Amino acid sequence: MFKFSKAMKPAIAIALVQLFVSAPSIGADKYQGVGRAATPAEIQAWDIDVRPDFKGLPKGSGSVEKGQEIWENKCASCHGTFGENNTVFTPLIGGTTKDDVKSGNVANLKRTDYPGRTTIMKVSSLSTLWDYIHRAMPWNAPKSLSNDDVYAVLAYMLNLAEIVPDDFTLSDQNIKDVQKLMPNRNGMSRKHAMWPGKAGLVTATSPDTKNSACMTNCKPAAKVSSTLPDYAQTSHGELATQTRPFGQVRGQGAAAGASAKPAKNPDYVLAEKSGCLTCHSIDQKIVGPSFKEVAEKYKGQDVTTKLVTKVKNGGTGVWGTIPMPPQADLKDPDAEALVKWILSGAPTH
Amino acid sequence: MQKHEELSPIETPEGLQKPGRIQKAPENFLTPTDIESVTKGRRNFLRGSFVAAVAAMTGRAAFAQNSGALVDAGTGDPYILQPQTWATTLGKGVATAPYGLPSKYESDVIRRPSPGLTQTTQSSVSFSPLQSMFGTITASGLHFERHHQGWYDIDPSQHRLMVNGSSPEFVKKPKVYTMDDIMRMPFVSRIHFIECGANTGMEWGNVAVPTVQYTHGMLSCSEFTGVPLRLLLEDCGADMSKKYVLAEGADGSAMTRTIPMEMVLNDEVLVAYGMNGEMMRPENGYPLRLIVPGVQGVSWVKWLRRIEVGDQAYATKDEAVHYIDLMPDGQHRQYTSIQECKSVICTPSGGQKLLETGYYTISGLAWSGRGKVKSVSVSTDGGINWKQAKLETPIQSKALTRFSLPWNWDGKPVILQSRAVDETGYVQPSYGQLRAVRGTRSIYHNNAIQSWGVAENGDVSNVQVL
Repeated sequence: MFKFSKAMKPAIAIALVQLFVSAPSIGADKYQGVGRAATPAEIQAWDIDVRPDFKGLPKGSGSVEKGQEIWENKCASCHGTFGENNTVFTPLIGGTTKDDVKSGNVANLKRTDYPGRTTIMKVSSLSTLWDYIHRAMPWNAPKSLSNDDVYAVLAYMLNLAEIVPDDFTLSDQNIKDVQKLMPNRNGMSRKHAMWPGKAGLVTATSPDTKNSACMTNCKPAAKVSSTLPDYAQTSHGELATQTRPFGQVRGQGAAAGASAKPAKNPDYVLAEKSGCLTCHSIDQKIVGPSFKEVAEKYKGQDVTTKLVTKVKNGGTGVWGTIPMPPQADLKDPDAEALVKWILSGAPTH
Repeated sequence: MQKHEELSPIETPEGLQKPGRIQKAPENFLTPTDIESVTKGRRNFLRGSFVAAVAAMTGRAAFAQNSGALVDAGTGDPYILQPQTWATTLGKGVATAPYGLPSKYESDVIRRPSPGLTQTTQSSVSFSPLQSMFGTITASGLHFERHHQGWYDIDPSQHRLMVNGSSPEFVKKPKVYTMDDIMRMPFVSRIHFIECGANTGMEWGNVAVPTVQYTHGMLSCSEFTGVPLRLLLEDCGADMSKKYVLAEGADGSAMTRTIPMEMVLNDEVLVAYGMNGEMMRPENGYPLRLIVPGVQGVSWVKWLRRIEVGDQAYATKDEAVHYIDLMPDGQHRQYTSIQECKSVICTPSGGQKLLETGYYTISGLAWSGRGKVKSVSVSTDGGINWKQAKLETPIQSKALTRFSLPWNWDGKPVILQSRAVDETGYVQPSYGQLRAVRGTRSIYHNNAIQSWGVAENGDVSNVQVL
């Protein structure tokens, strides 16, 4: 006989209890020893989905005012103060009217000249927003909001869209009433045949287009209705190097002496490898400031040592409230090379 | 068909040259620099450039340089007449690359993002290079990527799959499975295509991107190995009369999608860990992803962590904010999931160039989310007349099918199209037919017939024909 260590005993006790609990079905188990019962705590931890009928919605509440505070700290950097920003993601708020709140159909969706579609223009179910913010936001720290935070952020968004007043508090108690005010709540159609089940979720039974397999003289002429616009000719890089340089064809512009691609700057490659480009870009603010902005700010100053320390230890305040996380894994020479490269204007090639 | 005499000069538009061709006189294949060189008296340049080319035979630059080295009709091809390094010296040993890599000459065959499409790389797309692929299986390193909140290489020993019910009575024994558990279960291996619902989405209103990589490259096809989800649900005592399951990912986005129970009962839906003989790649959901054949890629939830049995559709973010198709009447179609029958010619295609007139083999891909491809026709006159293409076998349900057609290009402008029909009799629509029903703002599920225009100079470009 072998001896169980002390530490093992509780684990065995639990295993025995589970064995007894599920014992009646074990005889019928096809796959003995495969998988184990999920504990109630585990199910509670992962079963976070909220359905359109609000099944799964946890209790809680949050005010517009509280939501604004959270928004400005955690959401505005990507989505803009009013949810209108389109530089990182498509805008969240805008394009809906009081009339839409009454009708449940967003009128601007019928307009072909309306520029873009915001989230609030499209979404019909309030549960979707609660569920999504809760499971996936903020984008760089998903699942970090408390339930009450989620209610508050959602209340602020609804207020931005002029669906609820400034002094509103959204809660599990009144969320069904707010659903009745969603501007595009009647905007979803199930009249198509593109659902792969027969559950009655959609209403059409056959596809919406009907072409024929005609083989000869199918139409009088073939008229080209659209060609690649000039701006798009070069927007996707060198076509010469996007097709294998031998075979049936070549990439356009590939000639016998095709010029080699300009080599990437090694420090740019280092920035890519070190994950800097997750939050910073060369010339555009993403989560953190662009490298060009940083170079501009410290132009002519001897700040290399100071910035190396900031990169290594992290910091906040200089560029807004979003903290720069510490980069402890970054080696000192690499941090210094990166800082010098950024201050030199961050050349990519 | 234009026939070439064995030793006649090859007609090549704009002076593009192919290696290994016999030329009568050097003047016919010299670049302006070469001609200058010859007029300056360096008449032995041909041999000199050949030697230099062989010596510098590394990577693309050398290849490009080499392709100028044509053949002197008086003697023959130096690559035949002269001993080659690889034929006269010792090569490398086994396991020099313990995990093998493509040839260094294949460095142009890579996935590419579409510049400007997204502002971040974590919520973005990279497209498969369809213009350079063969057959129907996508090399795993070239499988297209779509992430919503970045990807992780999850430690399989820390990955869990939970099965539960939206109501406790829907799943009698909610369970947790480790990778050890899942890989003990009975498995199947099946070949299926996966296509993003937004594939070709940039082209709804007009031509927007230059190559087939960007028009159709959110498309891949692999052999997937995994456990039919039905077995796991039954193992948990699930009520299989419920109509839906929710699939959820373990990444930051915790992606969720509603899946119809019918597809689970048909044993079509797999909980897969294998892809093309190895484990799923991290970018594709390592160690576990859902396989939902014929359905748009977003439902193939990556880093799968949970399955919930339910009695209602869930209207998740990607069912109520994105992946909804705007119709001309201002309504969005919701729960559009099937990827309808579609095809595209990959060679020749946009951004490529035909170097000369004569024989080519048109080659492309066809697929249908409703089953097998029944036939593919190819037109070289923009859809007036069509010819039946040859289909490579075996033709499999909800998998890519390779088609090809012999073609002689006479140097005149042409418009190439392909049109697929699936086993339900559905015929891939034209742009005119698709827009008549769905307008141009749908973003998703553009399966219109693709046209490539071939100009007199051999340039192939993306065009649309209604």
